[in-house]
Amino acid sequence: MRRAVLIAVPYLWLLALFLIPFFMVFKISMSDAILAIPPYGPTMKDGFRELISQLDFENFVFLTTDDLYWKAYLSSLKIAFIATVLTLMVGYPVAYAMARAPEEWRPTLMMLVILPFWTSFLIRVYAWIGILSTNGFLNQFLMGIGVISEPLTILNTNTAVYIGIIYTYVPFMILPIYAALDRLDASLIEAAEDLGCSRFKAFWLITFPLSKNGVFAGCFLVFIPALGEFVIPSLLGGSSTLMIGKVLFEEFSFNRDWPVASAVAVVLLLILIVPIVLFQMNQQRAQEAEQ
Amino acid sequence: MDQNQVGYLSRLSGRGHDLRPTSYSERTPVSEPVFAPWNDADATPLITFQNVTKKFGEFVAIDDLTLDIFEKEFFALLGPSGCGKTTMMRMLAGFENPSSGAISLSGKNIAGVPPNQRAVNMMFQSYALFPHLSVWENIAFGLKRDGMFKDALNARVDEMLKLTRLEKFARRKPHQISGGQRQRVALARSLAKAPKLLLLDEPLGALDKKLRQDTQFELMDIQEKTGTTFVIVTHDQEEAMTVASRVAVMDEGRIIQVATPEHIYEEPNSVYVADFIGDVNLLTGQAKATGQDTYEIEVPVLGSIFASSVRPFSDGQTCHLAIRPEKVAIHAERPSADNAVQGKVLDIAYLGNLSTYHVELPGGQIIKAQSANTRRISRRTFTWEDPVWVSWTATAGVLLDQ
Amino acid sequence: MRRLSLFNSVSLTLGFAFLYLPMLILIIYSFNKSKLVTVWAGFSTQWYGELMQNEAFLDAAWVTLKVAVVSSTIATVLGTMAAYALVRGGRFFGRTLFSGMVFAPLVMPEVITGLSLLLLFIGIGLDRGVLTIILAHTTFSMCFVSVVVSSRLSTFDRSLEEAALDLGATPFAAFRLVTLPIIAPAVVSGWLLAFTLSLDDLVIATFVTGPSATTLPMKIWSSVRLGVTPEINALSTILIGLVATGVITASLVSKRNLVRMQREERAAERAQ
Repeated sequence: MRRAVLIAVPYLWLLALFLIPFFMVFKISMSDAILAIPPYGPTMKDGFRELISQLDFENFVFLTTDDLYWKAYLSSLKIAFIATVLTLMVGYPVAYAMARAPEEWRPTLMMLVILPFWTSFLIRVYAWIGILSTNGFLNQFLMGIGVISEPLTILNTNTAVYIGIIYTYVPFMILPIYAALDRLDASLIEAAEDLGCSRFKAFWLITFPLSKNGVFAGCFLVFIPALGEFVIPSLLGGSSTLMIGKVLFEEFSFNRDWPVASAVAVVLLLILIVPIVLFQMNQQRAQEAEQ
Repeated sequence: MDQNQVGYLSRLSGRGHDLRPTSYSERTPVSEPVFAPWNDADATPLITFQNVTKKFGEFVAIDDLTLDIFEKEFFALLGPSGCGKTTMMRMLAGFENPSSGAISLSGKNIAGVPPNQRAVNMMFQSYALFPHLSVWENIAFGLKRDGMFKDALNARVDEMLKLTRLEKFARRKPHQISGGQRQRVALARSLAKAPKLLLLDEPLGALDKKLRQDTQFELMDIQEKTGTTFVIVTHDQEEAMTVASRVAVMDEGRIIQVATPEHIYEEPNSVYVADFIGDVNLLTGQAKATGQDTYEIEVPVLGSIFASSVRPFSDGQTCHLAIRPEKVAIHAERPSADNAVQGKVLDIAYLGNLSTYHVELPGGQIIKAQSANTRRISRRTFTWEDPVWVSWTATAGVLLDQ
Repeated sequence: MRRLSLFNSVSLTLGFAFLYLPMLILIIYSFNKSKLVTVWAGFSTQWYGELMQNEAFLDAAWVTLKVAVVSSTIATVLGTMAAYALVRGGRFFGRTLFSGMVFAPLVMPEVITGLSLLLLFIGIGLDRGVLTIILAHTTFSMCFVSVVVSSRLSTFDRSLEEAALDLGATPFAAFRLVTLPIIAPAVVSGWLLAFTLSLDDLVIATFVTGPSATTLPMKIWSSVRLGVTPEINALSTILIGLVATGVITASLVSKRNLVRMQREERAAERAQ
């Protein structure tokens, strides 16, 4: 009896507030925009048969005809991919150094990596505006030490978006890699060196392959949210920065074309399924390897 | 050591704490009344397993098992991991229900009775002490669930603390006491409700060897004092032999043999039991009756050996002779014995008090012979490659058909 | 003791500088006298004073706090139930769907979660405001709570619960007296996580709110769109300070407990 209640309450909550809304997005993505409230039709009021018969894939066809959309998808994928690679390059050395740090430092280092995650995402992105702007701290610093004579334009470009993504998501990269490296038996490296590997070779042949699961996990944890990112491109990116999260938001709030916004969302989800499934498979493999 | 314990140990002395008595038939009969309700046709068992089968999906954990356990018994379930012993215990505790068959406690079928309504308590392998509660609160936990009044509860907890010599640690949390003390808290907690039946799941598994031996006697003492029926699950045969009144040897969901420790050791009913309990030499051949309960066994290459057996064998039937190493003697010259075979010393395992000689026989069989090291090592008689004779009497071994 | 190599020292220094310098600059410049954020004109706390006078910010902060407290509390209850159902519930109808629904929101882009909930609220004609934000925040943060709690539950020694049952506790009593006290730290950190997620959320709140309710992140967003202001720096400093104090205190307390426990364990083994 109690078990049934225990399961039913969160189950029904998620059905009502996650699954049903999710299907509504699907349904509305096949509806037509009309000038009314709500600004789409048909609705349930028109009767079920009517509702089904009027649904079509028009909006999806529209997405393929206007090159804004597919360019936005491609550009999102590109930005998310490059940002993930860059985050890996920043995060791996930090995770590696953490795992090599003296035992008693590690909890503190861990906390220092996690701490930014608890502080406001919006504020952390905002902090970069002051640094990257034309008369911001970075330009002042670089001109001060004489590296450049003219201020660089970084804010409102894709570079700023990359920096923003790396900055906000690098803890997601560091933690799983650190976890994998921390578990690594130090005597494996010693064994490799004992068998004639150089330090660098031992890293490539032993350490890196054994941290592979952590690397994959970290990459997916960065790539998946970066793909649908809205705040970073809106604040740091320029008018030429095309990201699908931003397009969706604008379609919805400025154009008030909910059916098209929904269609954009559906396609984004379809694209996301691939990395999510890969991520799940990676996690499962890692778990099996542990047993 | 208090009086109770002395009395108990003397009662046990007939039960063979020495795992290797010289010969079963020579044992002096116990003069005082023996605790053996399983031999009494009128005794009613406390627990009955009646054709119990337990399946997990396709896997058969317990296979059509029938067993009686009597009041005040210290009953051991012994077997390798995965043999079903833990499943039997969990069915008694109420965490699993049999797929078919019936389990009764005091004559009542207990299928479907949830664990919290059974007069059965369990001592968990991990001890499962509640880490957020003190030793005192851990012991009081079950009593509080029964709604016991404060004074009675305090008295009972104090009694349990005294029984397990934990008075000094009552206020400590489980992480503030040692492994041995935790084990005693777990015991006290499970005994506090005075269950009809106490289940012990590998109770000594987490202790080191020295502490384990001391604790075995302590367990027996407490069992005697409280008069509770104990069912213990263990994979350690020595532990089972030491503490139990009867041992059930299990394999693949079946009970292979149930008997007192000395019967299990001296009269195993199968090669499996003989091999599982202690060390054993096995010789396989064809039986031929030579007289009343005596047989000549034709072992390939080795030749004829002689053995007596109560179990009948037909001529030409394949049989296995199981002999314990301590019943095989080793000599430099041919001895006069029922059976004597020549071989050469292959290996010597020096165990301090004993040495085990691995002697290779002409047929390639290896016979282990054990002898007590009553003399110092420098005067060891045999060494590697020495030609030696091994011998044993016709009554030394057990003849088994499977 | 092993010492860090030069390469590792440099990685750590640069890595943590990258993580913390932007926030440090933000904090320093919140005490700047000048209205121009990038020019240092002396120490002053005037922006904090002005922030305290700003009714709009204070109102938004109040709304945000209300939403965060209510939604994280409901989310903790629901998330713990969901975790329990997943780890201990055994098999039940639609278990796969259920675990899918618990984990999907973790990877769902906020824009989609926001959009779908908005469509629901409009579809059922619910007035948009504080209530809808609470519903939305509860839904996505309960999933985070359930991940935190279920990872604790799955390492939880099940025999502790069985021992409680064995000693006569009903399943509910076993949960209340044994499981809950032991997993309490995970439940508390689940609550904290839900609380900060709610404090932090901009996108979902923007979708599901109506004209009656503006949260702090929405307020910050609309000012930030217009550029960097010292007032926002001051506000950010306060928020960072609060979170940092909370997280550091929590981890110090838990570390101290762990050290004490290990010391006592060693002492107990020695004393034997």
